[in-house]
Amino acid sequence: MSTPSSSGRTAAATRPATGPAPGAGAAPATPMQPTEAAAQSTLGVETTARTIAEVASEPVSGITGAQSLVRSLEAVGVEVVFGIPGGAILPAYDPLFDSALRHVLVRHEQGAGHAATGYAQATGRVGVCMATSGPGATNLVTPLADAYMDSVPIVAITGQVPSAAIGTDAFQEADIRGITMPITKHNFLVTDPDEIPQRIAEAFHLAGTGRPGPVLVDISKDALQATTDFSWPPRLDLPGYKPTTRPHGKQVREAAALIAGAGQPVLYVGGGVLKAGATAELAELAELTGAPVVTTLMARGAFPDSHPQNLGMPGMHGNVTAVTALQKADLLVALGARFDDRVTGELSSFAPHAAVVHADIDPAEIGKNRRADVPIVGDAKATIAELVTALRAEHEAGRTPQLTGWWAQLEDWRARYPLGYDWPEDGMLSPQYVIERLGAIAGPDAIYASGVGQHQMWAAQFVKYEKPGTWLNSGGLGTMGYAVPAAMGAKFGMPGTTVWAIDGDGCFQMTNQELATCAIEGIPIKVAVINNGNLGMVRQWQTLFYEGRYSNTHLNTHGGKEGTARQVRIPDFVTLAEALGCVGLRCESKDDVDAVIEKAMAIDDAPVVIDFIVGSDAQVWPMVAAGSSNDEILAARDVRPVFGDGQV
Amino acid sequence: MPRHTLSVLVENKAGVLARVSALFSRRGYNIESLAVGPTENPDLSRMTIVADAEAQPLEQITKQLNKLVEVIKIVELDTAAVQRELLLVKVRAPLADRAQVLQTAELFRARVIDVNVDTVTLEATGTPDKLQALLAVLAPLGIKEMAQSGTVALGRGPRSMSGAGTLRPVERSA
Repeated sequence: MSTPSSSGRTAAATRPATGPAPGAGAAPATPMQPTEAAAQSTLGVETTARTIAEVASEPVSGITGAQSLVRSLEAVGVEVVFGIPGGAILPAYDPLFDSALRHVLVRHEQGAGHAATGYAQATGRVGVCMATSGPGATNLVTPLADAYMDSVPIVAITGQVPSAAIGTDAFQEADIRGITMPITKHNFLVTDPDEIPQRIAEAFHLAGTGRPGPVLVDISKDALQATTDFSWPPRLDLPGYKPTTRPHGKQVREAAALIAGAGQPVLYVGGGVLKAGATAELAELAELTGAPVVTTLMARGAFPDSHPQNLGMPGMHGNVTAVTALQKADLLVALGARFDDRVTGELSSFAPHAAVVHADIDPAEIGKNRRADVPIVGDAKATIAELVTALRAEHEAGRTPQLTGWWAQLEDWRARYPLGYDWPEDGMLSPQYVIERLGAIAGPDAIYASGVGQHQMWAAQFVKYEKPGTWLNSGGLGTMGYAVPAAMGAKFGMPGTTVWAIDGDGCFQMTNQELATCAIEGIPIKVAVINNGNLGMVRQWQTLFYEGRYSNTHLNTHGGKEGTARQVRIPDFVTLAEALGCVGLRCESKDDVDAVIEKAMAIDDAPVVIDFIVGSDAQVWPMVAAGSSNDEILAARDVRPVFGDGQV
Repeated sequence: MPRHTLSVLVENKAGVLARVSALFSRRGYNIESLAVGPTENPDLSRMTIVADAEAQPLEQITKQLNKLVEVIKIVELDTAAVQRELLLVKVRAPLADRAQVLQTAELFRARVIDVNVDTVTLEATGTPDKLQALLAVLAPLGIKEMAQSGTVALGRGPRSMSGAGTLRPVERSA
């Protein structure tokens, strides 16, 4: 097949907004967000506008299923696919060779999945990954589960053994559709080549609309090899899929009335606000209400950290003011948040005095963990915009909340319990200082992708986020190894933006092979390895809850344990970085931190890894121990805040 | 815990039953019975699910079911709905006992569908309670083998889940 086609990037950037999706409710009144636009672009059913991917969209007959797949991806506006070929998916890689569609050859399928996720989180578009059957597909399981937990729109395409061999335990056969049922928004097994365009269009529509999520399309090898006809756009056949995007007016007015009458409200903002591209609306609502805002781990960047109303992050490692504001609130306005256990702590004692307004696009989230007094089902952008209108009406009717007392209380906590950290007693570098300086030097325009553990919490606490899409992490699943491939995907999608992976020495060893991909494919990410020589978060729990019995948390990346013969660092991250085609740097003292970060910032033609050798005993504070009430928050080790009013 | 009967219209596609049963299992919901079969519309199947749940978890169950792309509609049937199960039971029935078996069958409006020297196989339909009562009477005679279906159910009256006079679906939105 010779398929001259326009670049997917141009296609997405200039594609006109199409008409309403069949069954997806009314057309949005406001300009569409990238995710939505990408998803809507799969439709075109009711539009007369010519799409940019028109060449790919022209009907063709007598092509292979594989050609039909690649044309479908082009027509849907895909810019890049992260993947690895193998036996069952091999037919698809032949037409891919000729396509304008960019394929990034990763080194492990998990890297492909997280790269698609990082790309999607940074750009708001649907990310795509591809793998072969069996082990290729099962290696996608972790990133699919990750994207499912964090509601990230990605589409995974996997090859499957020929349909006649399905069920026979054929070579490299795995029932990936069955395996991924509970960790995808939806999935398909395609054995008929004529179905390929429709299933691809449906997959992108499902991934990008409603509550976003991962969708897997498993295609048997014979379907890829068979001859078929191609036409675009295909008819979508999803009679059971009707996400509610417009909030119910009555519920919105009730919510506005509660907000107008609350004396101690908190806007509890979750990742849904970012997914919906509703940050401008949120800013308007926040200023209109004058209420404090807390941004969850998934919502860092949804509201500027520099804004005086932003109390920061709530939750297990949230700051004292944000956690306590929720505990003492008389009204929670939850926007695109899901009352996760890491936010609520012990559920029965979470925000005991608060009425709850819960707005979410997924009705199943409302009332799942915490009963909502006013449930609102809808897209965050539409919901917040309508809340603003309804609240204005309340204000015009003379009902304006008096929050002076609440703010006095909040400011008192804020002054007494700011985020902070101590320098390690052994004189080693402070990991918090490194991350703080990194955030200050790279600034609010950079994108930060973190792994999971202590460094993730410090990166959420000590980097100041001002803009949406600048903080990427694995919040729900907590996937160690997320950072490097996610940063790679983000950098691919935002080539003009500095992208830092903030990783731990444990996490980094799980997926650093993708640095080879970055070096070869020209994706110059920067990695700050916060190397404390241990699985730091686990070690912290061993310190606090297991009497300092450090079972299997020492990683040797600082050298061997005290008293052991081998004092060499294994691995040596500087030489490892160099072996992977990156620039490797090391920093061990406070005086060098700024200089080494600036040196890394100056390198733009290769990936850079900085091995920051930091103290092993630094801990993440504040902390609410797992299963405890948020009232039991410790500001620092053995430091219980005193909240006034005789309460301890 | 109260029993609830959910009538669920789903797309007639491979894998839908796996999706539904996996959802119940994954989220820790208890299924008492589940019956699947075709409907008047060849594109749709109906699943009748009887679950034990309090009101709040039931709401979660229906919301999570509604999120499955292949689920078209869910209605919770009230206690007035017509509910039936099918029972096939093979009873020991030597000549001496056979009259008693047949008499019991008649009382329960069960039909004889197979007879041989030693056994009689009965077919009975009814509510779960009626079938339990039948089994209780047959038990002393000796039940050799039995097979029982899950509950199937339809709402009473002229309304249907699809088309005019539609039964009110379980709220999609909270």
